[in-house]
Amino acid sequence: MSDNGKNLVVIPIGPQHPSLDEPGCFTITLEGEKVVNAIIGVGYNHRGLEKACESRNYYQDLYIIERVCGICSHTHSTAFCMAVEELAGLTVPPRAEYIRVIVAELERLHSHLLWLGIACHEIGYDTMFMYTWRNREKVLDILAAIGGNRVNYGVNTFGGVRRDFDGTISSAILKTADALEDEIKHYLDIATTETTLMSRLVGIGRLSREDVIKFGAVGPVARAAGIMDDIRVVEPYGAYKEIEVHAVTDTRADVYGRTVVRILEMLESLNIIRYCIKNLPDGIIAVKAPRRVPAGEAIIRVEAPRGEDIHYVRANGTDMPDRVRVRAPSEANWHGMKHMLEGGYLADVPITIAAIDPCYSCTDRAVVIRSGNDTEIMDWMGLREYSINWYKKQGVDISALKL
Amino acid sequence: MLVFLEMLRKTLIFPGFLFMFIYGFLLQFLDRKIYARMQNRVGPPWYQPLADILKLIGKKVIIPEDADAKMFRIMPIVSFSAVACAFLYVPVFGMHAVFSFSGDIVIVLYLLAIPPLALFLAGWYSRNVYATIGASRVLTQMFVYEVPLFISLLAPTILAGTWSISEMTAYYMAHPLYALINIPAMFTALIAFQCKLERAPFDSPAAETEIVSGPLVEYGGRLLAFFIMASNCELVLLVSLFSAIFLPFMTGMVWVDLLLYFVKTLVTLSLMILLRTTMARLDINHIVSFCWKRLAPVALGQVILNLLIRGIL
Amino acid sequence: MAKIGAGKITVEAIKNLFHKPATMKYLGKGTAKIEIKYRGRIQYDPANCIDCLLCMRDCPTGALQIINKGTKENREMKAVLNIGHCIFCCQCVDSCNKKCLTYSQDIDFARTNKADLTVEL
Repeated sequence: MSDNGKNLVVIPIGPQHPSLDEPGCFTITLEGEKVVNAIIGVGYNHRGLEKACESRNYYQDLYIIERVCGICSHTHSTAFCMAVEELAGLTVPPRAEYIRVIVAELERLHSHLLWLGIACHEIGYDTMFMYTWRNREKVLDILAAIGGNRVNYGVNTFGGVRRDFDGTISSAILKTADALEDEIKHYLDIATTETTLMSRLVGIGRLSREDVIKFGAVGPVARAAGIMDDIRVVEPYGAYKEIEVHAVTDTRADVYGRTVVRILEMLESLNIIRYCIKNLPDGIIAVKAPRRVPAGEAIIRVEAPRGEDIHYVRANGTDMPDRVRVRAPSEANWHGMKHMLEGGYLADVPITIAAIDPCYSCTDRAVVIRSGNDTEIMDWMGLREYSINWYKKQGVDISALKL
Repeated sequence: MLVFLEMLRKTLIFPGFLFMFIYGFLLQFLDRKIYARMQNRVGPPWYQPLADILKLIGKKVIIPEDADAKMFRIMPIVSFSAVACAFLYVPVFGMHAVFSFSGDIVIVLYLLAIPPLALFLAGWYSRNVYATIGASRVLTQMFVYEVPLFISLLAPTILAGTWSISEMTAYYMAHPLYALINIPAMFTALIAFQCKLERAPFDSPAAETEIVSGPLVEYGGRLLAFFIMASNCELVLLVSLFSAIFLPFMTGMVWVDLLLYFVKTLVTLSLMILLRTTMARLDINHIVSFCWKRLAPVALGQVILNLLIRGIL
Repeated sequence: MAKIGAGKITVEAIKNLFHKPATMKYLGKGTAKIEIKYRGRIQYDPANCIDCLLCMRDCPTGALQIINKGTKENREMKAVLNIGHCIFCCQCVDSCNKKCLTYSQDIDFARTNKADLTVEL
C-alpha cells in the first residue's frame, strides 16, 4: 500500500486472480474506488510457437497453429490452410468450403456462449453463467460428432477438410439450432430488461468511434461503436462469397453494446448454419496437396469470433515454412484497455477486461524492436502513403480503398 | 438448583447454542442445495457444511508478518460470541425466549451490529490491499443499511407498545390482523437482512471476482471456521427474528408451534435464496443509492403509519 | 417489448427446481455416450506396415515410434505411443498410405506412474 499524500492505493490484479482465466498482470492505482492509472502486463503465455513452426513441416505446423487458441482454433487453422493453398495454387472443392463455414459458425456460437457466461460470472450473476454453459454443451456435442473432439477439432487439412458428415448429423444440427434459438432469444430478453445486469453493464468501458480507430480495435469492440468491421462482409473468403451475412452493429460503444452485438451475432450464425446445411453441395472434400510448397508469401485475414485474424506465411520451396506470423484479434484490442479502465471504478475492472473477450494465449508474440541510424518511425497516415507508393511501383493502385 | 439446571439446558442445548449450530448447518445446506438446483446443478450432499467446518478446524493458521496477531485472533471469537449471545433473546418457538426483558430488542440490534465491525477490523488489521478495500466496503454498506433495518424492526414495536420481543410476539398473536399493517416493513426488513448477511445482490464487500473474498482474504484454519460459523448462526438468528416479529401465527401447543417455526423459517429462507439466485451483484454506489432512495423512505412511512394507528387505538 | 425490472429469471429458476440436473457422469457406470468418430486411442495393425515412417515424420509431438524388431525381409513391426505427448490429432492415421493405423473411442488415459504412459499399440 503506497501513500503519497493523495491516498493512492496500488492493487495488483493478477497474475493469479479469480477473475482472470489466464495469467496477466494489471497494476491498478486507486483513489478510493476510482481508477486513476492502469498498467497492462501481458506476456505470461508466450510459448515461442512462431519459432517452433519454422523447424517443423507444414503438416506438423497445422496442428501447432490450431492450438494457438482453444476457443478460436478453427479460424486459425482455416487461415493457415488458406495461406498454404494460395502459395501452392490449390482450389478447394465447394463442399469443403461449406463444411469449413459450418464449423466456423458453430465455433462462433460456442465462443459467444462462453463469453456470455464469463461476463455474467464477472458481475456476480452466476445463474446465467450456469445456463449459458449448459447450452454450450449442446454445441460442443455437435462439434464432437463432426470433428472428433470438443475443442481443437482438426477438421481442416491442406486442400480441403478431413471429415465428411451425413444426413444424421445434419438433422442433429438443425434440431440443436432450433432449440438454441429459443434460448438465445430468452437471453436477449433478459439482457435488455434485467435492471441489476444493465446497471453493471451500461456506460462501462466506453470506447468511442474515434478511439476505436485511434487504438485499432477489431471485432465486436469495433462493431459496438458503429464501425462495420466484419471480414465476412468487407472481404469475403471461402464460401462467404456466396452466402449473405448480415453483420450486426450497435451505437452504444460500451460493454452493454458489445453484449448485445454478440447475442445478435449468435442468432445470425444460426441462420447461416441453416442456409449452409440446406444448400450443401455434393462432391469430394479435399484435393491432394504437395509436400513441398513453392516459394512465395501469403497474407490471409479471416473473421474469428473475437475479430480480424491475420496470418502471414513465407515459404521457400522446402517442406518447412520460412516464417509464420499470427496476428490474433486480441492483440489489437489490448491497446485501448488503458483508456477504458482509467476513470472507471474498481468494480468495473473485471467486466471491462472481459468485455473485449481477451484470449491471452492468442496475444502473446515476441516482437524485436531495433533502433539505430537506419530506422524511422511512421504514423498511421505515413504508413498508408508508403504502402500505396510501394504497390504503385508493382503496378497496382489501391489508393481508392477506404480506411 | 433445578431452575439453574433448567436454565443451563435451555441455554446450551435447546433452544440454545447446540440447536443454533445444528440448525445453522441445515440452513446452509438447504441454501446451497436449492441454489444449485435452481441452476440445473446437483449441489452438495447434506453433510457438506459440517465437513467444511471440520476440515477448516484441522488446518494450520498462518498469520501474515505485518498483521496485528492479537486482533487477528480475537475478531472471529468476538463476532461469533456476539451472534450466539443475541440468539438467546429471540423466541424460537412459543412466545418466550430463553431470556427476555423489556428493551431486549435494542440489545439484539446492538449485538447484531458487532459482526460487521469485527469483519471490518479483521480486514483492516490484515494489512492486505484486498482486505482493506473489502473492509471499507463493509463499513460503507453497514452505514447504509443500518437505518432502514433499525426502523423497519422498530416499527412493529411501536404498534405493539412494548420493547420486549417476546411480549411483542404475544401481542401479535393475540391480535393477528395487526400483523398485516406491518407488510411494507416486512419487505424492507427482508432486503435489509440480505444486505446484512452480505449475500447477493449485496455481496460487494466479498466480491470474489474483484477483491478475492474481501476482508477475510488472509484468514484460514480455525479462525476462518469461526467466521463461517458466525455467518451461519447469523442466518439462523435473522430468520428467527423475522418470523418472530412479522409472522406471528401460533397455536399454543408445543409441538405444533415447533413445526410452525420450522415452516416459517424455511419460507423466509426460500425468499432469501430466490433473491440470491435471480439478481446480479450490485455496485457499492448503487447499493448506497438504492438503500437511501428506496428502502429508507418506505421504512419511515411505516413508522409514521404505525404511530398514527397507535394513536387511534 | 417487456418491462424493465429485476429478477427476470425467476420463473425459469423455479421451473429448474423440478427438472433433473444437467450434470453428466464422466467415466464409469452411467456415463454419457461418446460420439462415434471421437478421436481416442490409436490402434495399430502391423500386418501391412512397410516401415516408411511417414507417420512418425508427420507427428507434431514425436509421440509415435515404429520399431522393426526383425530384418528388412522378415519384418516384425511394433508401435509404441507416448500417450502423455500424443495430442490425438490423428494426422498419423491420415498420413499412412497402407491404412495400418486407426483410432478408437477409448478415452481412459489416466495413469499413476509416468513410466506407464508409454504404451505399446
